Amino acid sequence: MEKDEIRIAVMRIEGTNCEDESVKAFKALGVYAETVHLKQFYSDFIKEEEMRTIWDYSCIVFPGGFSAGDYVRAGVIFSARLKSVLRKDLEEFIKEGYPVLGICNGFQILVELGALPGFDEDRPIADKPEMALSINDSNRFECRPTFLKHENKGKCIFTRRLKREIVVFPVAHAEGKVTFPMGREEEYLNTLKENDQIVFRYVDKDGNYAGYPWNPNGSYYNIAGICNVKGNVFGLMPHPERAIWKWQLYSDIDLLVENDFWELEGNNEADGLAIFRSIVEYLLKF
Amino acid sequence: MIASVYIELKEGVTDPEGEATKKALHLLGFKNVKKVSSIKVFRIEIDSVSRDEAEKEVIEMCEKLLANPVIHNYRIEWVD
Repeated sequence: MEKDEIRIAVMRIEGTNCEDESVKAFKALGVYAETVHLKQFYSDFIKEEEMRTIWDYSCIVFPGGFSAGDYVRAGVIFSARLKSVLRKDLEEFIKEGYPVLGICNGFQILVELGALPGFDEDRPIADKPEMALSINDSNRFECRPTFLKHENKGKCIFTRRLKREIVVFPVAHAEGKVTFPMGREEEYLNTLKENDQIVFRYVDKDGNYAGYPWNPNGSYYNIAGICNVKGNVFGLMPHPERAIWKWQLYSDIDLLVENDFWELEGNNEADGLAIFRSIVEYLLKF
Repeated sequence: MIASVYIELKEGVTDPEGEATKKALHLLGFKNVKKVSSIKVFRIEIDSVSRDEAEKEVIEMCEKLLANPVIHNYRIEWVD
C-alpha cells in the first residue's frame, strides 16, 4: 500500500472524546485519518458524501472516552451497536489482516465485542466476551502517568517500531482491571504467553513488576495491553496518543523551557508516536 | 410483563464498590456491617405471548448486553 492510499478511521459515537488526538497522531506522520461516526456506516439519513463502508479504510481505531456514557458497562453499548451493524465486515477486516486498535474505552469496546483476547484466528470475534475490564481495585478513576514494560516478541504489529523497553503513557480510567474467568486465569495466561499476545505490563519506575499504585487498577499479571492471536487487533488501557510529544508528558514548565520541549519536531517525539508509526509502517508493506 | 434483572458479581470477583461502601458505613458508625455487595438492577417491560417466551428473551438480553459472563451472574424476577 502506498502512503497516500492509507486511510485511517477513528470511530466515534456519543461520548467518545479522544478521537481528535488520535487523528492528530496519524496526521503527524503524514497519513490521512478522519473521525467517522458509526451512523455513517449504516444510516439512511446520512448525506451521500458522508456514507462509508469499512472497506474505505485501511485501519480502524476505537478511541478513548465514555462511549454511551459508560452505561451498563464501559464499552458495551458501542460493542452491541457494532455487533448489530458491522460484525461480519469487521470480522472479515480482521481476517484480512487490517489493523484494529482500541485505546482505553476502545480496549473495553474490543473486549466486550469479543475481539480480544481473540484466540481463534478463524473467528476473530467471539460470541461472548472472554475476559473483562472490571472496576479498578481502588474503586477510583485513576488518572496519571504509568510505566509500561514492552514484552511483545514481535507478534503485535503495533509496537514493532517502539525503541525502548520501558515507556510512559498516561492512564485515565475507572474500569481497567484485566480479569479472566475465575479459576482459569493461569490457563488464559499460558495461552497468551504461548501466542505472544502480551504486549504491555505495568511496572514501577525501575522497571520491576509492582502493585498499586504502579499497577493502577489491579490487573491480573500487571497486564496493560494485549493483542489477538494474529497480532493485528490491539487493545490497551493507557493512552499512547497522549504521549506523542514530550511536552504532553511534563507539567513542569521550567523543565519544558529548559529542555526546549515545545517544538513539534526533532527530538521532541515521545514514545507514544511509535504505536502509530508501527501501524503506518505495517500498512506500507501491506 | 415486567422483569427485574439483577446483575451480580460472581463469587470471588472483587467488588470495589461494595468494599468502599462498607468502609464508608463503618466510618458513619454502622459497625455491625459485615459485607456490602453492589448489584445492578434493570427493570424491563416487555410484550410477549407468554412468560416463558419473555423469559427466554430476557435471558438473551443478559447474555448479549446486560452481563459479562466472565464476571457476572444474572437473576430474573418477574414483578408483573
